[in-house]
Amino acid sequence: MASLKQLALREEERPRFTGGHSLCAGCGIPTIVRTVLDSIPGPVVAVNATGCLEVATTRFPFTAWGVPWLHVAFENAAAVASGVEAAYRSMVNRGKLSGERVTIVVFAGDGGTYDIGLQALSGALERGHRFLYVCYDNEAYMNTGIQRSGATPFAASTTTSPVGSVGRGKAETRKDLTAIVVAHHIPYAAQASTSHWQDLSVKVERAVAQEGPSFLNVLSTCPPGWGHEARDGARLARLAVESRYWPLFEVVEGHYRLTHYPAHPTALVEWLEMQKRFAHLRGIESVDLESMIEREIMSQWQELERRTQESRSWFEERESESA
Amino acid sequence: MAKTMLGVEVLTGGEATAHAMRQIRPDVVPVYPITPQTPIIQTFSRFVADGKVDTVLLQVESEHSAMSAAVGAALAGGRTMTATASQGLALMVEIIYIAAGLRAPIVMAVGNRALSAPINIHGDHSDGMLARDSGAVQIFAENAQEAYDLMVMAPRVAEHPAVLLPVLVGQDGFSVTHSAENVALLRDEEVQDFVGPYEIPYPLLGERPSSQGLFAMPDAYYEIKVRQVQALEAAEQVFADVARAYALRFGRHLGAIDAYRMEDAERAIVLIGSTAGTAKDVVDELRERGEKVGLVVLRLFRPFPHKVLADALGGVQRVAVLDRAAAPGTFPPLFADIRAGYSGSAELRSYVYGLGGRDTAPQDIEKVFAELERPAHGGIRYLGLTGEDQHGES
Repeated sequence: MASLKQLALREEERPRFTGGHSLCAGCGIPTIVRTVLDSIPGPVVAVNATGCLEVATTRFPFTAWGVPWLHVAFENAAAVASGVEAAYRSMVNRGKLSGERVTIVVFAGDGGTYDIGLQALSGALERGHRFLYVCYDNEAYMNTGIQRSGATPFAASTTTSPVGSVGRGKAETRKDLTAIVVAHHIPYAAQASTSHWQDLSVKVERAVAQEGPSFLNVLSTCPPGWGHEARDGARLARLAVESRYWPLFEVVEGHYRLTHYPAHPTALVEWLEMQKRFAHLRGIESVDLESMIEREIMSQWQELERRTQESRSWFEERESESA
Repeated sequence: MAKTMLGVEVLTGGEATAHAMRQIRPDVVPVYPITPQTPIIQTFSRFVADGKVDTVLLQVESEHSAMSAAVGAALAGGRTMTATASQGLALMVEIIYIAAGLRAPIVMAVGNRALSAPINIHGDHSDGMLARDSGAVQIFAENAQEAYDLMVMAPRVAEHPAVLLPVLVGQDGFSVTHSAENVALLRDEEVQDFVGPYEIPYPLLGERPSSQGLFAMPDAYYEIKVRQVQALEAAEQVFADVARAYALRFGRHLGAIDAYRMEDAERAIVLIGSTAGTAKDVVDELRERGEKVGLVVLRLFRPFPHKVLADALGGVQRVAVLDRAAAPGTFPPLFADIRAGYSGSAELRSYVYGLGGRDTAPQDIEKVFAELERPAHGGIRYLGLTGEDQHGES
């Protein structure tokens, strides 16, 4: 487990993602990218789907990337990474590369992962390439101006699910992408948040040590998309976890484990009321919407607790074996 | 030269293409099955399973991902080939454009097939025309031998430092992909030696980190695009050089065009692909009757060899351009290209033929030559239609 000091030292020695890019103040993406890249030992090739990260970090002729970086399109980052991994494998087999372990890491937003990139992701997971896929999940198409995605939560207002005389925000609940990924029986999948950087860093270390695909779904705050103050980004990320809206857990070979239990869970309303996308919930008619969100997240939390309980002995046996 | 030949085998175009791929030994082949490309990838998969080639074969979940993985592999530093047809090529088109923009030298075998709807698995060139303006080099083979030879030539065109673009090698669905004929294969080591090692300027798995696929605003996009256009233009000379090198070494010359009995021709047909076989027979027959007719078979479609073609048409008075694809609402692609770049004195006429695998018989070709003796019809004529549609023209 790397300490914050160690991560900072690594960043100083080999800057993999530098400043000067145009991501917003309060955006969670750069924190995710830096923590992920600084937690990976050895060489990295990054593959990026179209989105905020790509647009804001690689305006020609500039780049914020200190590692080899490739962007092809929106919906195909997992397929592109498959190709890079296949080339690596082939070139090592043929003695064209030394065999030093290179980690291939994908960064894609929720639009490029939950929606348009889902098929490419599913195919790559099924084929078992050794790569880490990081979804920075800010819960809508932010780069194109805040349109609803499969990751947008129920009732959230976006430019394509606006609140109006009839509209009450997004009418559907979000897709459980992590569960879909887990259904591919990959070695490692997890959810993380920028607020719990060490939890994220440890998960990255575990993910890249696998011999097959690994997946991280990381919640990313978005000041313009969520309607929050830039200075509240870190606080919002924490409240998402502490309210159990965004539970931190990992799934190792199909076995679930919650990696953080809020000691004093905060009320969901505290998280909701800091974001303009949920402002309409304060209206008289909206009480019901709020309790619907609450019901959804509580049932999700209880399910994770149940699965964690079921897997407890599996993790204990594994840890006693390795001890 | 004969000593370099392994001997003649009876192979389909698809099988011959798979042999070329085995001999080239690409690092990565991402691919998705589609008729009539399947014989290529089935044969190649068999070679991999039998240990005859050690390529990493990626059986991806769509052609879109096949092309995407190909871009990743090619830019990572591995020689990469794929194969597709029809709807599969349609699905790849977005990424073919990007591959050209990212200067990824991927070689693609195409079993040219009609596009839906109605769904149809047989040969025409509509799919290839989707990639017409992608920035990729596009070559068409007449038969299995040419499909093989052009595949062996393709990596040297694609990977040339002045080019660095994808190359599509087309062969007509079924009439070439599935038809067995005599094919002279080269020795494996001859192919390896001819193709040489794969080298690109900035492999992602190389020593120097690079960012590829950046976002370019109006201040930079235009210059980048024009350089890409110039690279495709440069491919004409590179193709000619590679064809010459291939001919010197192996005795078969496959230039940008195949001018057949054009020396003193007064009437000529220009077309692409397997119908050339039928057309050559008709030319021979008419020549025996003393008619001054000839044929130009276009192999290099992108970049378009305007000058080479104009030279071949030198003394011709009337030319029928036969397109195996339509361009609804305007003149079909081959005709439009020739007319745009041709300043000679010959009169050009437009025909469409063979859509969805409709057979083109010797009589159809004879009819075209006969019509070339008569005054111009104007518009577009549709060869080989049946019933009430047969007089269709626009």
